[in-house]
Amino acid sequence: MDSLVPVEDRGGPAQPLLLASGLRKHFAVPGGLLGRSGKVVRAVDDLSLSVAKGETLGVVGESGCGKSTVARLLIRLLKPDRGTMVLDGDPVDEPHGITVNELRRQVQMVFQDSYASLNPRLTIGETLAFAPKAHGLPAAEARARVRDLLDKVGLDPANYAERYPHELSGGQRQRVNIARALALRPRLVILDEAVSALDKSVEAQVLNMLVDLKTELGLTYIFISHDLNVVQYLSDRVLVMYLGKIVELGSVEAIYGNPQHPYTRALLSARPSMDPRRRTKEAPIQGDPPNPIDPPSGCRFRTRCPFAEDVCARAEPPLADTGAQAVACHMRIAGSGHSRAAAP
Amino acid sequence: MAIQSPTVDIAAALVRPTVASASRGYWPSVGRRLRRDPVTLVCAGILLLIVLSSIAAPLLGLADPYKTSMIRRLYPLGSPNHLLGTDELGRDMFARLIYGGRLSLFMGVTPVVCALLIGGVLGITAGFVGGKVNMAIMRVMDVFYAFPSVLLAISLSGALGAGTENTLLSLTLVFIPPICRVSESVTTQVRGFDFVDAARASGASALTIVRVHVLGNVLGPILVYATSLISVAIILAAGLSFLGLGVKPPEPEWGLMLNTLRQAIYVNPVLAALPGVMIFITSICFNLMSDGLRTAMDVKA
Amino acid sequence: MSDLLQVRDLHVTFVTPDRTVNAVNGVSFDVRRGETLGILGESGSGKSVTLRSILRLHPEHRTRWGGSIKLEGDEILTMGRGALSDLRGQRVAMIFQEPATAFDPVFTIGHQIAETVRRHTGKGEADSWNRARELLEMVRIPSPAQRLKAYPHEMSGGMRQRAMIALALSCNPSLLLADEPTTALDATVQIQVLLLIRELQREFNVGVIFVTHDIGVAVEVSDRIGVMYAGKIVELAPVEQMVDAPRHPYSRGLLASTVHDGMRGQRLEAIPGAPPDLAEVPTGCSFAPRCKFVQPNCVTRPPDLREMGGSHLVRCVLADAQEAGVAA
Repeated sequence: MDSLVPVEDRGGPAQPLLLASGLRKHFAVPGGLLGRSGKVVRAVDDLSLSVAKGETLGVVGESGCGKSTVARLLIRLLKPDRGTMVLDGDPVDEPHGITVNELRRQVQMVFQDSYASLNPRLTIGETLAFAPKAHGLPAAEARARVRDLLDKVGLDPANYAERYPHELSGGQRQRVNIARALALRPRLVILDEAVSALDKSVEAQVLNMLVDLKTELGLTYIFISHDLNVVQYLSDRVLVMYLGKIVELGSVEAIYGNPQHPYTRALLSARPSMDPRRRTKEAPIQGDPPNPIDPPSGCRFRTRCPFAEDVCARAEPPLADTGAQAVACHMRIAGSGHSRAAAP
Repeated sequence: MAIQSPTVDIAAALVRPTVASASRGYWPSVGRRLRRDPVTLVCAGILLLIVLSSIAAPLLGLADPYKTSMIRRLYPLGSPNHLLGTDELGRDMFARLIYGGRLSLFMGVTPVVCALLIGGVLGITAGFVGGKVNMAIMRVMDVFYAFPSVLLAISLSGALGAGTENTLLSLTLVFIPPICRVSESVTTQVRGFDFVDAARASGASALTIVRVHVLGNVLGPILVYATSLISVAIILAAGLSFLGLGVKPPEPEWGLMLNTLRQAIYVNPVLAALPGVMIFITSICFNLMSDGLRTAMDVKA
Repeated sequence: MSDLLQVRDLHVTFVTPDRTVNAVNGVSFDVRRGETLGILGESGSGKSVTLRSILRLHPEHRTRWGGSIKLEGDEILTMGRGALSDLRGQRVAMIFQEPATAFDPVFTIGHQIAETVRRHTGKGEADSWNRARELLEMVRIPSPAQRLKAYPHEMSGGMRQRAMIALALSCNPSLLLADEPTTALDATVQIQVLLLIRELQREFNVGVIFVTHDIGVAVEVSDRIGVMYAGKIVELAPVEQMVDAPRHPYSRGLLASTVHDGMRGQRLEAIPGAPPDLAEVPTGCSFAPRCKFVQPNCVTRPPDLREMGGSHLVRCVLADAQEAGVAA
């Protein structure tokens, strides 16, 4: 293998760094005769997205929306049932493109801090050296790389390289998680709830660091989170997911300033108010996010949508361009049959 | 308004210098905890004594364990020249117990070690690879699991015939399924942790991932389980010998000795129970040590 | 309104062979009926330990208590087992972060709520089930009669949390303790549960202590907010004052570093460092190592909690100085 030089840019700034089309991932629900119950979790259905070089794409949604599955599909920890991926012009896992291993040199993931995100039996140094060594870097160079990585994330190598995960605080562990993702010098980093488990004061430190690293190393981010405020802070474009599908997609200003999908609006107004004189009076929607097993027919949001009509049960709304953003809602599609839609 | 002051110095002085501590890795800490556990230490001491005396038996100046004497049969404990008496064929009990330890321990530990190697590899593979491979391996194991271990041991021994090698084989086969099952379950659990996903995402080969990330985390529970099986193995081996399916006379082996001393219960019950006492002591020591190992490993650090 | 709960100089220390942890180091506050006190803090601040101490939920052999906790005049820390058992669930109820663990998975929800009602109020079987159904209605669980027969695992997270609230209120407690009840819930569910708690508090006129690490959540439900750091309350004020004009450097740092809209493009003002190790008792202010306003006398002795006017309490030498009119 090569000596781990960063992979060069191939297509120029206009070419998207990552293009995913029609991704689908269903999971069979275990149980029943012979381990098959016939039920299927439709985690991700026909999802397409593109990520431009140097941007931060935010992905928001609640539990069951499939955002973590998308993360794992993009880095091929899960194999999609259907769909294609193209990395800077090269198809992934196809005869004339790059292999999955080559994909992983360029796309890496930062996991949520948890007991299970770092191997408790390895020192920090050993954990960070694992990936470079697995790609053929000799031990001495791997050690130098570990020192460099720890420096970048603000941890003194002399102090931390020989420590074990349980000796570190949550914020420090998360810095190690980030360092691990950077070990192979990737171009795209997927952050899956990377700051969700941290205390707020530590979260701010880590967010600052993520911004710095992005500029310093020329990275592209996909930032997945349930925390709308953090996504707004970091992202250039935002993608809103519900039950395995994208319901709205656009620039962060458009999504947060003029949300068009009823679910996006509900999500944004569900944020607790920071002003005690203007507290939330009414919950934007009732009920819980439904189960991705057997989602509703047609528009998946219709069971909680205050504007649902017959057409919503019959037909699934496609993601349609409405100028500043793209929305999957019959109300925004002219001639769809919804009473609030414009005439064709 | 903030009162300006040398904030940096004060803040720096207050931050405690982080001590570059001695290795507080997992296995060293397990070792430390084991050393502090009195029960484990005592059991380890007893076992060490038994094992060393068994290994060094020829050097201990004992009587010949095979030498029979029709006159000096069933001498009680404390007889001159025979500290623990003699058995039904006049052989010195003390010598036979010590020499018997060799075979009994061998028959206890060897099957477990072999089963650990075979069952461990199968289980870890099944757990890590998952899917159809997992199903194939585990369902085969389930077939064996359907039989109670004692019954399985007896039938295998019966089919293979008596003798030391056959007993070792049948015991190994009996222990492979449970070790495989424990290995598979622990590996499946570790496989689900994020750090294994991160290792997969780094593009390393499966073998490397198992070697570096999985083994260190699964060996502990598997070892604990395996050591608890040693006591079972000793008892099973003794039981098989007792039934005539294991070691053949005149070899000294505790289970076989129990069998041949059966008649002596009416004459000298204490004597007849001695091999049983040895089985009991060895078995319970292994068991307690296995418990101690589990406790020492059970810390979330 | 007289005081419902009075906590004075509470100290809680956990003693194990390896180390001693000073989880709570002198906490005092009051709670009245019909008001919600929000306790805001990060991990290790001692907020959950404080809450659990009110019901003495910590293992007795490892825990040392100091100070006093009085509920309607009765001292909880010295209560006997019988009185404590009566207190729990009946006079003081608690809801937890993880509703799945609060319910027994082998019994239906209805059974568990009815059981609690029966045990504490002595009602008969039919009456208890009726009351259970009423309670489920009250917490806005749809089709309550059917849900009575549901098992905990058959309900979604939000439903279980509501059922837990129903269980907590089943015996008309005077004090409700909430330990991060919405932290594990999705955003759209969280706001529903917060509004429900606010509404039920008004209806039942209970006192509520709501522990959380999320400022927005604290602002939504609380009348007063107490900020905890390293086992002490560093600031305690009515919610408007806490949000408009926090005085303690930690509170200010927390508010400044919490991400909310309008911060895009700016660098976040992070509080440097990390919370202290609770095994050691500091000589001065616990926050000093991270404080950007630290001064020499911050490290010599721990500052006291002082009232700043408008029932706003602050534990900081700066506040002392301002009060004395020293600083500009």
